[in-house]
Amino acid sequence: MSPRRLFAMAFKEMLQIWRDPHSLAIALLMPMMQMVLLGYGISLDIRGVPLCIYDQERSQTSRALVQRFVASDWFTGVRVLDSDRAVREVMDNGDCAGVVTIPVDFSRVFTTTGSGPVQAVFDATDSNTTNIAIGYAQGVVALTTADFEMRWAQAHGLLPRTVGAVDFQPRVWFNEGLESSYFIIPGVVAVILALVGAQLTSLTISREWERGTMEQLISTPVTALEVMLGKIVPYFLIGLFDAIFCLLAAIFWFHVPFRGSIVLLALTTALFTVVVLGIGYLLSVRIRSQLGASQIALILTLLPTTMLSGYTFPIDQMPAPIRAVSLLVYARYYVTILRAVFLKGSSALDLLGPILALALYALAIVWIAARAFRKSLD
Amino acid sequence: MTVPPDDPAIRAQGLVRSFGPVQAVRGVSLEVRRGEIFGLVGPDGAGKTTIMRMLAGVLRPDAGEIDLGGIDVVAEPERARAELSYMPQRFGLYEDLTVGENIFFYGELFRVPHAQRRARSGQLLEAAGLAPFRRRLAGQLSGGMKQKLGLVCALIHTPRVLLLDEPTTGVDPVSRREFWAILYDLRDSGVTILLSTAYMDEAERCSRLALLHAGLVRTCDTPSGLKRAMAGALVAVVAGDPRAVHAALAGAPGVLGRLLMGDRVHVRVDDSDRRVPELRALLAGRGIADAAFTAIEPGIEDVFVALLGPEEAA
Repeated sequence: MSPRRLFAMAFKEMLQIWRDPHSLAIALLMPMMQMVLLGYGISLDIRGVPLCIYDQERSQTSRALVQRFVASDWFTGVRVLDSDRAVREVMDNGDCAGVVTIPVDFSRVFTTTGSGPVQAVFDATDSNTTNIAIGYAQGVVALTTADFEMRWAQAHGLLPRTVGAVDFQPRVWFNEGLESSYFIIPGVVAVILALVGAQLTSLTISREWERGTMEQLISTPVTALEVMLGKIVPYFLIGLFDAIFCLLAAIFWFHVPFRGSIVLLALTTALFTVVVLGIGYLLSVRIRSQLGASQIALILTLLPTTMLSGYTFPIDQMPAPIRAVSLLVYARYYVTILRAVFLKGSSALDLLGPILALALYALAIVWIAARAFRKSLD
Repeated sequence: MTVPPDDPAIRAQGLVRSFGPVQAVRGVSLEVRRGEIFGLVGPDGAGKTTIMRMLAGVLRPDAGEIDLGGIDVVAEPERARAELSYMPQRFGLYEDLTVGENIFFYGELFRVPHAQRRARSGQLLEAAGLAPFRRRLAGQLSGGMKQKLGLVCALIHTPRVLLLDEPTTGVDPVSRREFWAILYDLRDSGVTILLSTAYMDEAERCSRLALLHAGLVRTCDTPSGLKRAMAGALVAVVAGDPRAVHAALAGAPGVLGRLLMGDRVHVRVDDSDRRVPELRALLAGRGIADAAFTAIEPGIEDVFVALLGPEEAA
């Protein structure tokens, strides 16, 4: 290994990157675009669910309940319907995600028994959103009920029911506002780096083959290792730039709280960048066309990192075989690390498992990549 | 080096290489002497590029041995790299790098000392007429200039052996002459040059030639030796309709071969004194009265055709 040759390779590669502003722009702008798209596009918080209410009773009590729904910002465009046919219609048209029906005898039943049934019909074609919306609706009803109970008790000269009930007061740690963006944005950073990183290096070796420069290159004394390192080093710098941009955007633009160590973040990010660049390089060695290599890199990184890294879909909820497969998805370790460093301020010791997994991955990829490229036309 | 000075620069023995079912090289042996310009001549598909690649150590032969001044190229291609320089047929330099950057890059890969690189690149660029274009992107050079830049990069580390695969294909005649002037200078300075070409006029300029066909060396000698060895005598027949002459002479007695060359037909006969009057009569009988016969010296192309027959040599 000659430092001179390694430097010459890296320098040549940087000149080529610099002379190709088009691909440089892609390398730098793609992460920004993806950050905006994924950062804003993906949110598990559901706001403004369109809801309809069929108030059959139209009493003071029922209107109070309607008012609660109108006032909540979980639901928007709350429409009050006046017939069973209208209910059918709005559900069929998809105008409303759900309809809450307050029966004619709602207040009478409520005043006599202290509880009144309310029916809710939801469109469950999107079951996930519906589940969350049902939860919100129950929340609205529970709040209203508590209010009603209080008034009912007062009207009957009784104390509100306090004895015998378990007072459940949940507190959530690390993400007190239960903002799903805190959970998702660090994952988005990992996904973007995985995608962009593999893309960057997937073109390097195939470009030499396609442009016909490989034959002359391999006739020189340059070693396979020098070629690999010389090609990865410039992209490592670009990858780190992308990473810094995405992490800063997460902190200052998406306001994800950062509670951990910057050094730990930097080291693990560098480790992850090595892995993703190594994967792209390996593909580039195997596939001699630029288009082919970048397509395969996209397919190989997009699905596993989005589906199996745990950045939106929790890995513990997956069936055991899929969970086992996800162990191979290097992005999951970085997602875990990012989340923990950002939200919990975890230390390297807390994250020993994922850090070791990532380091092992980096070693294995570099080891394989260093042996993958053969200086031969065969 | 402990190699005796009269040892060949390159000795290849029994080279064989297949690509799938196609046998591109079927047992080629060559000896290139020190300080000569050795030409591999043959039509497309004869195996020139495959041989070049194997000699350069970028392609492994299926069988055979290559000795480069004591280095076993097949077993230790990396050891051979510093001794030789290879210029592939397709322009192998970086078009998005300037002339100067390409030279710097190759100089660094061969770890040429900086002072030496500067001196040598200045000298080579001057000789190649590229000195004013140092800052130009290689992709913006003309075909001939690209080839000369390729040569400069190939020579930056002062190799002892230079392998050039069809270096002048697609290069204009003036640039070709300049290119050859550089090659002669190199030869005079002791560099051994092995080049392949499909141009017969270029073959004439080589010290020795190997005529290659279908993956085999058909014959190997100096250009004049090859011409002397050609059987029969060569006569050029000029007529208004050379195609008619070419057709009329098919199967005529004493005609060993015929080759359409633009406005004339090269006819190889066993005995020109006897056959020329016969052929003149034959053509007159076919209504071709304006045919003029001239005895000519054979070119390499004629030798090639004589060796392989016109269809094969095409």
